[in-house]
Amino acid sequence: MDYPPSVIMRMLQTGIPNLEDKVLRSFSIWVCLTCEMCFARCPMSIDIPKMMDFLREKSINEKKANPKAKEIVAFHKSFLDSIKYTGRLYEIGLFVDYKARTLKILDDLALAPKMMKRGKLNLIPEMIKDRSGIASIFRKSNKKNKN
Amino acid sequence: MTLGLYPGCSLKGSSREYAESVITVAKAFNINLEEIKDWNCCGATAAHNMNKELSLALPARILSLAEKQGLKEIVVPCAACYSRLTMTKYELAKDPELKAAVTDANGLEYTGSVNVLNIIQMLDKYITPNLDGRVIKPFDHRVACYYGCLLVRPHEILKFDREEDPQSMDVLMLKAGATPIDWAFKTECCGAGLSVSRTSSVGRLSGKIIGDAKDRGAEAVIVACPMCHSNLDMRRDAINSYLGEKIDIPVLYITQAIGLALDLDRKALGLQRHFVKVTV
Ligand code: SF4
Repeated sequence: MDYPPSVIMRMLQTGIPNLEDKVLRSFSIWVCLTCEMCFARCPMSIDIPKMMDFLREKSINEKKANPKAKEIVAFHKSFLDSIKYTGRLYEIGLFVDYKARTLKILDDLALAPKMMKRGKLNLIPEMIKDRSGIASIFRKSNKKNKN
Repeated sequence: MTLGLYPGCSLKGSSREYAESVITVAKAFNINLEEIKDWNCCGATAAHNMNKELSLALPARILSLAEKQGLKEIVVPCAACYSRLTMTKYELAKDPELKAAVTDANGLEYTGSVNVLNIIQMLDKYITPNLDGRVIKPFDHRVACYYGCLLVRPHEILKFDREEDPQSMDVLMLKAGATPIDWAFKTECCGAGLSVSRTSSVGRLSGKIIGDAKDRGAEAVIVACPMCHSNLDMRRDAINSYLGEKIDIPVLYITQAIGLALDLDRKALGLQRHFVKVTV
Protein backbone atom coordinates (compact mmCIF):
# COMPACT_ATOMS: atom_id res chain seq x y z
CA MET A 1 0.00 0.00 0.00
CA ASP A 2 1.35 3.46 -0.84
CA TYR A 3 -0.88 5.15 1.79
CA PRO A 4 -2.33 3.30 4.79
CA PRO A 5 -6.15 3.40 5.03
CA SER A 6 -6.05 5.90 7.91
CA VAL A 7 -4.03 8.32 5.77
CA ILE A 8 -6.46 7.85 2.86
CA MET A 9 -9.30 8.88 5.18
CA ARG A 10 -7.34 11.96 6.33
CA MET A 11 -6.53 12.95 2.75
CA LEU A 12 -10.22 12.83 1.86
CA GLN A 13 -11.17 14.69 5.02
CA THR A 14 -9.14 17.73 4.02
CA GLY A 15 -11.33 18.25 0.96
CA ILE A 16 -8.30 19.37 -1.05
CA PRO A 17 -8.91 18.36 -4.72
CA ASN A 18 -5.25 17.58 -5.27
CA LEU A 19 -5.27 15.09 -2.40
CA GLU A 20 -8.48 13.48 -3.62
CA ASP A 21 -6.81 13.04 -6.98
CA LYS A 22 -3.84 11.36 -5.27
CA VAL A 23 -6.20 8.97 -3.50
CA LEU A 24 -7.91 8.04 -6.77
CA ARG A 25 -4.51 7.39 -8.33
CA SER A 26 -3.19 5.44 -5.35
CA PHE A 27 -2.24 1.78 -5.37
CA SER A 28 -3.73 1.27 -1.89
CA ILE A 29 -7.33 1.34 -3.06
CA TRP A 30 -6.60 -1.66 -5.32
CA VAL A 31 -4.73 -3.84 -2.84
CA CYS A 32 -7.46 -3.34 -0.26
CA LEU A 33 -9.07 -6.80 -0.02
CA THR A 34 -12.29 -5.55 1.56
CA CYS A 35 -11.45 -7.87 4.43
CA GLU A 36 -13.55 -5.62 6.71
CA MET A 37 -10.97 -5.76 9.52
CA CYS A 38 -10.43 -1.99 9.74
CA PHE A 39 -14.19 -1.38 9.92
CA ALA A 40 -14.55 -4.02 12.64
CA ARG A 41 -11.85 -2.36 14.73
CA CYS A 42 -12.38 1.32 13.91
CA PRO A 43 -13.26 3.21 17.11
CA MET A 44 -15.22 5.74 15.01
CA SER A 45 -17.06 3.05 12.99
CA ILE A 46 -15.88 4.44 9.66
CA ASP A 47 -16.89 2.03 6.90
CA ILE A 48 -13.53 2.11 5.15
CA PRO A 49 -14.14 -0.96 2.93
CA LYS A 50 -17.31 0.66 1.57
CA MET A 51 -15.39 3.85 0.86
CA MET A 52 -12.71 1.78 -0.88
CA ASP A 53 -15.38 0.31 -3.18
CA PHE A 54 -16.59 3.82 -3.96
CA LEU A 55 -13.05 5.07 -4.62
CA ARG A 56 -12.21 2.14 -6.91
CA GLU A 57 -15.33 2.69 -8.99
CA LYS A 58 -14.58 6.41 -9.24
CA SER A 59 -10.94 5.78 -10.07
CA ILE A 60 -11.91 3.49 -12.97
CA ASN A 61 -14.58 5.84 -14.28
CA GLU A 62 -12.15 8.77 -14.22
CA LYS A 63 -9.44 6.60 -15.78
CA LYS A 64 -7.12 7.19 -12.85
CA ALA A 65 -6.36 3.59 -11.88
CA ASN A 66 -2.79 3.22 -10.68
CA PRO A 67 -0.58 1.55 -13.34
CA LYS A 68 0.76 -0.86 -10.70
CA ALA A 69 -2.81 -2.16 -10.31
CA LYS A 70 -2.96 -3.18 -13.97
CA GLU A 71 -3.17 -6.91 -13.24
CA ILE A 72 -5.70 -6.50 -10.45
CA VAL A 73 -8.00 -4.36 -12.61
CA ALA A 74 -7.52 -6.73 -15.56
CA PHE A 75 -8.56 -9.66 -13.40
CA HIS A 76 -11.75 -7.89 -12.28
CA LYS A 77 -12.58 -6.97 -15.88
CA SER A 78 -11.98 -10.50 -17.14
CA PHE A 79 -14.13 -11.83 -14.30
CA LEU A 80 -17.03 -9.52 -15.11
CA ASP A 81 -16.75 -10.26 -18.83
CA SER A 82 -16.98 -13.95 -18.12
CA ILE A 83 -20.25 -13.62 -16.21
CA LYS A 84 -21.62 -11.04 -18.65
CA TYR A 85 -21.72 -13.60 -21.45
CA THR A 86 -22.56 -16.84 -19.66
CA GLY A 87 -24.17 -15.69 -16.39
CA ARG A 88 -21.67 -17.76 -14.42
CA LEU A 89 -17.95 -17.72 -13.98
CA TYR A 90 -16.10 -19.87 -16.50
CA GLU A 91 -12.68 -20.39 -14.94
CA ILE A 92 -10.76 -21.41 -18.07
CA GLY A 93 -12.25 -18.48 -19.98
CA LEU A 94 -11.30 -16.16 -17.13
CA PHE A 95 -7.68 -17.35 -17.18
CA VAL A 96 -7.36 -17.02 -20.95
CA ASP A 97 -8.96 -13.58 -20.98
CA TYR A 98 -6.79 -12.41 -18.06
CA LYS A 99 -3.65 -13.67 -19.76
CA ALA A 100 -4.61 -11.91 -22.97
CA ARG A 101 -5.11 -8.65 -21.08
CA THR A 102 -1.92 -8.82 -19.04
CA LEU A 103 0.36 -10.94 -21.24
CA LYS A 104 1.22 -12.91 -18.10
CA ILE A 105 1.18 -16.05 -20.18
CA LEU A 106 3.46 -18.16 -18.03
CA ASP A 107 1.97 -17.44 -14.59
CA ASP A 108 0.01 -20.31 -13.08
CA LEU A 109 0.53 -22.47 -16.14
CA ALA A 110 1.37 -25.45 -13.93
CA LEU A 111 -1.88 -25.03 -12.00
CA ALA A 112 -4.31 -25.89 -14.81
CA PRO A 113 -3.26 -29.53 -15.41
CA LYS A 114 -3.21 -30.17 -11.65
CA MET A 115 -6.70 -28.75 -11.32
CA MET A 116 -7.84 -30.75 -14.33
CA LYS A 117 -6.55 -33.98 -12.82
CA ARG A 118 -8.59 -33.35 -9.69
CA GLY A 119 -11.74 -32.55 -11.63
CA LYS A 120 -11.62 -28.90 -10.62
CA LEU A 121 -11.93 -27.32 -14.07
CA ASN A 122 -14.93 -27.37 -16.35
CA LEU A 123 -14.01 -27.65 -20.02
CA ILE A 124 -17.36 -26.34 -21.12
CA PRO A 125 -18.80 -23.19 -19.56
CA GLU A 126 -22.01 -23.42 -17.57
CA MET A 127 -24.47 -21.23 -19.42
CA ILE A 128 -27.61 -19.96 -17.82
CA LYS A 129 -30.79 -19.83 -19.90
CA ASP A 130 -31.74 -16.22 -19.31
CA ARG A 131 -28.61 -14.69 -20.80
CA SER A 132 -30.54 -11.72 -22.16
CA GLY A 133 -31.63 -10.99 -18.59
CA ILE A 134 -27.99 -10.88 -17.48
CA ALA A 135 -27.07 -8.73 -20.47
CA SER A 136 -29.80 -6.29 -19.48
CA ILE A 137 -28.49 -6.11 -15.89
CA PHE A 138 -25.03 -5.26 -17.19
CA ARG A 139 -26.40 -2.71 -19.67
CA LYS A 140 -28.59 -0.94 -17.16
CA SER A 141 -26.08 -0.88 -14.33
CA ASN A 142 -23.40 0.31 -16.72
CA LYS A 143 -25.34 3.41 -17.70
CA LYS A 144 -23.38 5.54 -15.27
CA ASN A 145 -20.17 3.61 -15.71
CA LYS A 146 -17.84 3.51 -18.60
CA ASN A 147 -16.02 0.31 -17.73
CA MET B 1 -37.23 -31.70 4.38
CA THR B 2 -36.31 -29.36 1.55
CA LEU B 3 -33.99 -26.38 1.75
CA GLY B 4 -32.96 -24.04 -1.07
CA LEU B 5 -29.36 -24.09 -2.27
CA TYR B 6 -27.31 -21.39 -3.92
CA PRO B 7 -24.09 -23.17 -4.89
CA GLY B 8 -22.31 -20.30 -6.65
CA CYS B 9 -19.62 -20.66 -9.30
CA SER B 10 -16.76 -22.06 -7.20
CA LEU B 11 -18.83 -24.98 -6.00
CA LYS B 12 -19.49 -25.93 -9.62
CA GLY B 13 -15.84 -25.67 -10.58
CA SER B 14 -12.64 -25.44 -8.58
CA SER B 15 -14.32 -26.21 -5.23
CA ARG B 16 -16.72 -28.91 -6.28
CA GLU B 17 -15.67 -31.05 -3.31
CA TYR B 18 -17.31 -28.46 -1.06
CA ALA B 19 -20.61 -28.96 -2.90
CA GLU B 20 -20.17 -32.74 -2.79
CA SER B 21 -19.60 -32.73 0.95
CA VAL B 22 -22.47 -30.32 1.67
CA ILE B 23 -24.89 -32.45 -0.33
CA THR B 24 -23.58 -35.73 1.14
CA VAL B 25 -23.89 -34.52 4.73
CA ALA B 26 -27.35 -33.03 4.11
CA LYS B 27 -28.51 -36.29 2.55
CA ALA B 28 -27.35 -38.24 5.61
CA PHE B 29 -29.93 -36.23 7.57
CA ASN B 30 -32.66 -36.49 4.92
CA ILE B 31 -32.33 -32.90 3.85
CA ASN B 32 -33.02 -32.35 0.20
CA LEU B 33 -31.16 -29.34 -1.18
CA GLU B 34 -33.08 -27.73 -4.02
CA GLU B 35 -30.89 -25.66 -6.30
CA ILE B 36 -32.18 -22.23 -7.37
CA LYS B 37 -33.06 -22.62 -11.04
CA ASP B 38 -31.02 -20.69 -13.59
CA TRP B 39 -28.96 -18.95 -10.90
CA ASN B 40 -26.23 -16.52 -11.89
CA CYS B 41 -22.87 -15.55 -10.43
CA CYS B 42 -23.18 -13.20 -7.42
CA GLY B 43 -20.59 -10.87 -8.96
CA ALA B 44 -18.05 -11.56 -6.21
CA THR B 45 -15.18 -9.16 -5.54
CA ALA B 46 -15.00 -7.93 -9.12
CA ALA B 47 -18.51 -6.48 -9.14
CA HIS B 48 -18.33 -4.61 -5.84
CA ASN B 49 -14.89 -3.28 -6.70
CA MET B 50 -15.98 -1.90 -10.05
CA ASN B 51 -19.70 -1.17 -10.06
CA LYS B 52 -21.98 -0.82 -7.03
CA GLU B 53 -25.30 -1.19 -8.83
CA LEU B 54 -24.15 -4.34 -10.60
CA SER B 55 -22.89 -5.77 -7.31
CA LEU B 56 -26.42 -5.47 -5.91
CA ALA B 57 -28.37 -6.38 -9.04
CA LEU B 58 -26.66 -9.75 -9.54
CA PRO B 59 -27.37 -11.08 -6.01
CA ALA B 60 -30.87 -9.56 -6.16
CA ARG B 61 -31.62 -11.62 -9.27
CA ILE B 62 -30.64 -14.78 -7.36
CA LEU B 63 -32.90 -13.86 -4.44
CA SER B 64 -35.78 -13.02 -6.81
CA LEU B 65 -35.44 -16.40 -8.51
CA ALA B 66 -35.52 -18.14 -5.12
CA GLU B 67 -38.70 -16.24 -4.24
CA LYS B 68 -40.25 -17.21 -7.57
CA GLN B 69 -39.42 -20.83 -6.89
CA GLY B 70 -41.21 -20.64 -3.54
CA LEU B 71 -38.06 -21.10 -1.45
CA LYS B 72 -38.38 -19.52 1.99
CA GLU B 73 -34.86 -20.34 3.10
CA ILE B 74 -31.63 -20.98 1.24
CA VAL B 75 -28.19 -22.14 2.31
CA VAL B 76 -25.19 -20.43 0.73
CA PRO B 77 -22.09 -22.54 1.51
CA CYS B 78 -19.60 -20.10 -0.06
CA ALA B 79 -18.80 -17.43 2.53
CA ALA B 80 -18.15 -14.83 -0.18
CA CYS B 81 -21.52 -15.44 -1.92
CA TYR B 82 -23.19 -15.49 1.52
CA SER B 83 -21.69 -12.10 2.21
CA ARG B 84 -22.81 -10.64 -1.15
CA LEU B 85 -26.37 -11.97 -0.79
CA THR B 86 -26.72 -10.77 2.80
CA MET B 87 -25.21 -7.35 2.03
CA THR B 88 -27.62 -6.98 -0.89
CA LYS B 89 -30.63 -7.81 1.29
CA TYR B 90 -29.44 -5.23 3.81
CA GLU B 91 -28.76 -2.46 1.28
CA LEU B 92 -32.03 -2.95 -0.61
CA ALA B 93 -34.09 -3.05 2.60
CA LYS B 94 -32.84 0.34 3.69
CA ASP B 95 -32.79 2.13 0.33
CA PRO B 96 -36.06 2.02 -1.66
CA GLU B 97 -34.54 4.03 -4.53
CA LEU B 98 -31.74 1.53 -4.96
CA LYS B 99 -34.24 -1.30 -4.73
CA ALA B 100 -36.32 0.28 -7.51
CA ALA B 101 -33.25 0.68 -9.74
CA VAL B 102 -32.15 -2.90 -9.15
CA THR B 103 -35.64 -4.33 -9.71
CA ASP B 104 -35.83 -2.37 -12.94
CA ALA B 105 -32.45 -3.67 -14.13
CA ASN B 106 -33.43 -7.25 -13.28
CA GLY B 107 -37.03 -7.14 -14.49
CA LEU B 108 -37.91 -9.48 -11.62
CA GLU B 109 -39.99 -8.96 -8.52
CA TYR B 110 -37.97 -8.70 -5.31
CA THR B 111 -39.40 -8.58 -1.80
CA GLY B 112 -36.37 -9.68 0.23
CA SER B 113 -38.31 -12.41 2.01
CA VAL B 114 -35.83 -15.26 1.52
CA ASN B 115 -33.89 -16.24 4.64
CA VAL B 116 -30.19 -16.65 3.83
CA LEU B 117 -28.14 -19.12 5.90
CA ASN B 118 -24.41 -19.62 5.83
CA ILE B 119 -23.12 -23.18 6.17
CA ILE B 120 -22.57 -22.99 9.94
CA GLN B 121 -26.08 -21.63 10.50
CA MET B 122 -27.48 -24.43 8.35
CA LEU B 123 -25.53 -27.10 10.27
CA ASP B 124 -26.51 -25.57 13.62
CA LYS B 125 -30.17 -25.38 12.69
CA TYR B 126 -30.72 -28.71 10.99
CA ILE B 127 -27.83 -31.07 11.68
CA THR B 128 -26.40 -30.49 15.17
CA PRO B 129 -29.71 -31.10 16.98
CA ASN B 130 -29.77 -34.57 15.38
CA LEU B 131 -26.11 -35.38 15.86
CA ASP B 132 -26.57 -37.59 18.96
CA GLY B 133 -25.43 -41.11 18.22
CA ARG B 134 -24.35 -40.22 14.69
CA VAL B 135 -20.68 -39.44 15.37
CA ILE B 136 -19.38 -42.96 14.83
CA LYS B 137 -15.84 -42.00 13.92
CA PRO B 138 -14.94 -38.98 16.04
CA PHE B 139 -12.67 -36.57 14.18
CA ASP B 140 -10.07 -36.99 16.89
CA HIS B 141 -7.55 -34.36 15.79
CA ARG B 142 -6.24 -30.99 16.84
CA VAL B 143 -7.93 -28.55 14.48
CA ALA B 144 -7.47 -24.86 13.71
CA CYS B 145 -10.89 -23.46 12.80
CA TYR B 146 -10.31 -20.70 10.26
CA TYR B 147 -13.23 -18.29 9.73
CA GLY B 148 -11.62 -15.74 7.42
CA CYS B 149 -13.31 -12.43 6.75
CA LEU B 150 -16.68 -12.69 5.14
CA LEU B 151 -18.35 -15.20 7.40
CA VAL B 152 -18.19 -12.92 10.42
CA ARG B 153 -17.63 -9.38 9.12
CA PRO B 154 -19.21 -6.87 9.14
CA HIS B 155 -21.11 -7.89 12.24
CA GLU B 156 -23.57 -4.96 11.98
CA ILE B 157 -24.99 -6.56 8.85
CA LEU B 158 -24.34 -10.31 9.13
CA LYS B 159 -25.16 -10.54 12.85
CA PHE B 160 -23.44 -13.91 13.01
CA ASP B 161 -21.09 -15.15 15.72
CA ARG B 162 -18.61 -12.48 16.83
CA GLU B 163 -15.90 -10.60 14.99
CA GLU B 164 -13.02 -11.32 17.34
CA ASP B 165 -12.35 -14.94 18.29
CA PRO B 166 -15.55 -16.44 16.85
CA GLN B 167 -16.63 -19.81 18.26
CA SER B 168 -19.36 -21.37 16.10
CA MET B 169 -17.06 -23.63 14.05
CA ASP B 170 -15.04 -24.57 17.13
CA VAL B 171 -18.22 -25.71 18.90
CA LEU B 172 -19.28 -27.74 15.85
CA MET B 173 -15.88 -29.40 15.59
CA LEU B 174 -15.93 -30.17 19.29
CA LYS B 175 -19.23 -32.01 18.73
CA ALA B 176 -17.58 -33.91 15.87
CA GLY B 177 -14.97 -35.18 18.32
CA ALA B 178 -12.12 -32.78 17.48
CA THR B 179 -9.95 -30.64 19.73
CA PRO B 180 -10.16 -27.05 18.45
CA ILE B 181 -7.01 -25.09 19.25
CA ASP B 182 -6.65 -21.51 20.38
CA TRP B 183 -4.77 -19.57 17.75
CA ALA B 184 -4.21 -16.07 16.47
CA PHE B 185 -5.24 -16.16 12.82
CA LYS B 186 -8.90 -17.22 12.96
CA THR B 187 -10.20 -14.12 11.21
CA GLU B 188 -7.15 -12.77 9.38
CA CYS B 189 -7.51 -12.41 5.62
CA CYS B 190 -6.04 -15.14 3.33
CA GLY B 191 -5.55 -12.77 0.39
CA ALA B 192 -8.94 -13.60 -1.09
CA GLY B 193 -9.54 -12.41 -4.63
CA LEU B 194 -5.91 -11.49 -5.29
CA SER B 195 -5.04 -15.18 -5.72
CA VAL B 196 -4.31 -14.82 -9.43
CA SER B 197 -3.44 -11.16 -9.83
CA ARG B 198 -1.07 -10.92 -6.82
CA THR B 199 -0.13 -14.46 -5.87
CA SER B 200 2.83 -13.22 -3.81
CA SER B 201 0.51 -11.35 -1.41
CA VAL B 202 -1.53 -14.51 -1.02
CA GLY B 203 1.63 -16.51 -0.26
CA ARG B 204 2.47 -14.05 2.52
CA LEU B 205 -1.00 -13.66 4.05
CA SER B 206 -1.97 -17.32 3.80
CA GLY B 207 1.56 -18.27 4.85
CA LYS B 208 1.10 -16.54 8.19
CA ILE B 209 -2.17 -18.44 8.72
CA ILE B 210 -0.72 -21.87 7.92
CA GLY B 211 2.47 -21.04 9.84
CA ASP B 212 0.58 -20.19 13.04
CA ALA B 213 -1.65 -23.28 12.71
CA LYS B 214 1.48 -25.42 12.44
CA ASP B 215 3.29 -23.71 15.32
CA ARG B 216 0.37 -24.44 17.60
CA GLY B 217 0.22 -28.10 16.64
CA ALA B 218 -2.85 -28.19 14.39
CA GLU B 219 -3.30 -31.42 12.43
CA ALA B 220 -5.90 -29.90 10.11
CA VAL B 221 -7.25 -26.47 9.22
CA ILE B 222 -11.05 -26.30 8.96
CA VAL B 223 -12.66 -23.76 6.62
CA ALA B 224 -16.09 -22.72 5.34
CA CYS B 225 -15.18 -20.75 2.24
CA PRO B 226 -13.96 -21.89 -1.21
CA MET B 227 -11.72 -18.83 -1.57
CA CYS B 228 -10.02 -19.53 1.76
CA HIS B 229 -9.71 -23.17 0.77
CA SER B 230 -8.13 -22.56 -2.60
CA ASN B 231 -5.67 -20.07 -1.15
CA LEU B 232 -4.65 -22.34 1.73
CA ASP B 233 -4.68 -25.56 -0.33
CA MET B 234 -4.01 -24.85 -4.02
CA ARG B 235 -1.55 -22.07 -3.20
CA ARG B 236 0.46 -24.24 -0.79
CA ASP B 237 3.58 -23.97 -2.98
CA ALA B 238 3.51 -20.16 -2.67
CA ILE B 239 2.86 -20.51 1.08
CA ASN B 240 5.70 -22.94 1.62
CA SER B 241 8.11 -20.83 -0.36
CA TYR B 242 7.13 -17.78 1.73
CA LEU B 243 7.65 -19.78 4.94
CA GLY B 244 10.77 -21.50 3.67
CA GLU B 245 9.58 -24.89 4.89
CA LYS B 246 7.35 -27.68 3.68
CA ILE B 247 4.11 -27.76 5.63
CA ASP B 248 1.63 -30.45 4.67
CA ILE B 249 -1.24 -29.80 7.09
CA PRO B 250 -4.43 -30.49 5.10
CA VAL B 251 -7.28 -27.99 4.79
CA LEU B 252 -10.78 -29.43 5.09
CA TYR B 253 -14.18 -27.92 4.58
CA ILE B 254 -16.24 -28.13 7.75
CA THR B 255 -18.71 -30.42 5.94
CA GLN B 256 -15.87 -32.78 4.99
CA ALA B 257 -14.67 -33.01 8.60
CA ILE B 258 -18.20 -33.61 9.86
CA GLY B 259 -18.75 -36.15 7.07
CA LEU B 260 -15.66 -38.04 8.24
CA ALA B 261 -16.96 -38.03 11.82
CA LEU B 262 -20.21 -39.51 10.51
CA ASP B 263 -18.12 -42.14 8.71
CA LEU B 264 -19.41 -41.12 5.29
CA ASP B 265 -17.57 -42.22 2.16
CA ARG B 266 -14.32 -40.24 1.66
CA LYS B 267 -14.83 -40.05 -2.06
CA ALA B 268 -18.39 -38.76 -1.68
CA LEU B 269 -16.86 -36.00 0.44
CA GLY B 270 -14.42 -35.17 -2.38
CA LEU B 271 -11.27 -35.51 -0.25
CA GLN B 272 -9.28 -36.85 -3.20
CA ARG B 273 -9.60 -33.51 -4.98
CA HIS B 274 -7.33 -31.56 -2.65
CA PHE B 275 -3.82 -30.45 -3.55
CA VAL B 276 -2.48 -31.11 -0.04
CA LYS B 277 -3.17 -34.76 0.62
CA VAL B 278 -5.78 -35.36 3.32
CA THR B 279 -4.13 -37.79 5.68
CA VAL B 280 -6.42 -37.30 8.69
S1 SF4 C 1 -10.84 -3.62 4.29
FE1 SF4 C 1 -9.03 -4.81 4.95
S2 SF4 C 1 -7.55 -4.54 3.27
FE2 SF4 C 1 -9.13 -2.94 3.02
S3 SF4 C 1 -8.33 -1.15 4.11
FE3 SF4 C 1 -9.60 -2.26 5.57
S4 SF4 C 1 -8.18 -3.65 6.68
FE4 SF4 C 1 -7.13 -2.92 4.81
